Amino acid sequence: MNRQTADHATLADKFNEDEPRVNWHDQTLWWVRAKRDRIAWTIPEWEQLRDTASSIKLNALGNLHDYLLQFEQQAQQNGAIVHWAADAAEHNRIVTEILQKHGVKRMVKSKSMLTEECHLNPHLEANGIEVIDTDLGERIVQLAKEPPSHIVLPCIHKKKEEIGELFHEHLGTPAGNADPQFLTAAARLHLRKEFLLADAAITGVNFAVAETGEMVVCTNEGNADMGAHLANVHIACMGIEKIIPQRKHLGVFLRLLARSATGQPITTYSSHFRKPREGQELHIVLVDNGRSRQLGREDFRNSLKCIRCGACMNTCPVYRRSGGHSYHNAVAGPIGAILAPNLDMKDYADLPFASTLCGSCSNVCPVKIDIHQQLYKWRQVLVKEGYTSTAKTAGMKVMTGVLSAPGVYKAAGKMGRWVMRAFPGMVNNRMNPWYKQREMPVPPAQSFSEWYKKNKKST
Amino acid sequence: MSSREKILAAIKQHQPEASALPSLTGLSGNMPGTLEAYRKVLEGLGGVLFEIKAESEIPAILAQQYPGLQRVIAASDIQRTWANEDPHLLEDVDMAIVPGQWGVAENGAIWITEEDIHVRVLPFICQHLAIVLPRERLLPTMHEAYEQIGAPQSGFGVFIAGPSKTADIEQSLVLGAHGAKSLVVFVIG
Repeated sequence: MNRQTADHATLADKFNEDEPRVNWHDQTLWWVRAKRDRIAWTIPEWEQLRDTASSIKLNALGNLHDYLLQFEQQAQQNGAIVHWAADAAEHNRIVTEILQKHGVKRMVKSKSMLTEECHLNPHLEANGIEVIDTDLGERIVQLAKEPPSHIVLPCIHKKKEEIGELFHEHLGTPAGNADPQFLTAAARLHLRKEFLLADAAITGVNFAVAETGEMVVCTNEGNADMGAHLANVHIACMGIEKIIPQRKHLGVFLRLLARSATGQPITTYSSHFRKPREGQELHIVLVDNGRSRQLGREDFRNSLKCIRCGACMNTCPVYRRSGGHSYHNAVAGPIGAILAPNLDMKDYADLPFASTLCGSCSNVCPVKIDIHQQLYKWRQVLVKEGYTSTAKTAGMKVMTGVLSAPGVYKAAGKMGRWVMRAFPGMVNNRMNPWYKQREMPVPPAQSFSEWYKKNKKST
Repeated sequence: MSSREKILAAIKQHQPEASALPSLTGLSGNMPGTLEAYRKVLEGLGGVLFEIKAESEIPAILAQQYPGLQRVIAASDIQRTWANEDPHLLEDVDMAIVPGQWGVAENGAIWITEEDIHVRVLPFICQHLAIVLPRERLLPTMHEAYEQIGAPQSGFGVFIAGPSKTADIEQSLVLGAHGAKSLVVFVIG
């Protein structure tokens, strides 16, 4: 697997080179967050819905073993073929074998963050199978040879002019045409051809119901349905945490999902796949890839409640200003930063630090994951396990010494204020990360405790 | 040990203590299940609603709304020769008219099953879609909808809310992504 070596801060620096684009990115995502607020406020029972969803997911995690068996049994009874994959490599191998068995050379795929996590596309391409991503945003980033930068809005980092150029190059649209309506119509024509030609379709899964063995897939575009209902082979790939106990629980999650994601009342299509269509083969691949390990981490297991709405990204002040690619992981943003260290502590040790811990993510999460608290807890685990940089560890040690000794703290404060006044160049330079993009404040004449001592006597 | 056994063993070892399932009562609040409420949401999604007394009124309304429709098929048509053909051949359907089972006022969604449409891809592959919904089948929220739908009887079912759409290019909303470009709902009775 090709892992990036640059960390979040370095990649965010790169994204921040183009300030107008950062501002646009920031404002666009905040606009989506505001839409989420407006629609959530129209439902008086919103908070009760969030609590209920969180409790259903907790029940699902506590009974996951039995629910998975129940789901498997029901799905098999419905005529589906169920596969189990311990990790990404096994998932990719299973999918490839199914496709090879049917002699598939070209296939369509609707949005599945799991297949991004497993790096399925490059694996299939190495085996001579061409994958066409059919979600418009995913198709755009695929043509640009980039990963999605957001789980719901895959090409939110791209300007329409860049998309117009990509379409001109790959789909033959007129140069210079960047009208979203026109470009979408061109993509519709291009992808209709692919849907009609494809022998197999891969979809993700939003919810899998243990009680009925059915899978619910939500899209606005209709691409999952166009793929799955035309192809002779349908492969649904899902993480084991997508299980919910009963069909009636879908009511709770479908009310929350789209409202939290984009501020719409529901996605255009909420498709319930239960049996393969006549003459069709339906495969379900259940993937662990670290999830059972995360389930055993008491502080972090609630991250498995996530329904992938992306609300935590849209609201995150760091995500909005650093872009999804700076997280160098399939799932970006706050939720990605608590899922990724479970996959690889060393590679993703930087992510839990890419946060201000403001808590906005936890406030909007539809299943009430304590995201910011988990970010804080991951930092402690990562430092303890020795995965943070030596500079950060050394700095933290110095701070511990200063903050735990009041005498040293007072002396250090006094010296700091004096240095800032006498030699401003010592702090106002590029070596000081706090100086980046901002002026240092004017040092106060005295510390609070000095002020307090003086003023307490005078009253 | 197979992957299946390995995964299940790890889950059994790591899963938290089982907790009770919450009750779903009281989640619907006072959401109205009225035609007015439904119409408002549907129009917000880009759909159009007509109240009719009989299905025989549909052709005239469609002819007026969509001049130049070539291939129109109705799922209720008893002949239905198209249902036995290769689904790919439905690609040139300009308008499909399908029955809906339940409508949800809070989000505009209508529940449709495989039995009603005969060919799963029909409401997606057609250029435009019309759904016929009995007036008394409007419900306030998704909770009532799942109560009414009950246990699955069908191999495939879908809630459809408005025409297909995307906002993937700079968050500009465009109707007509891969599914139907427009949606007409006929509320009958």
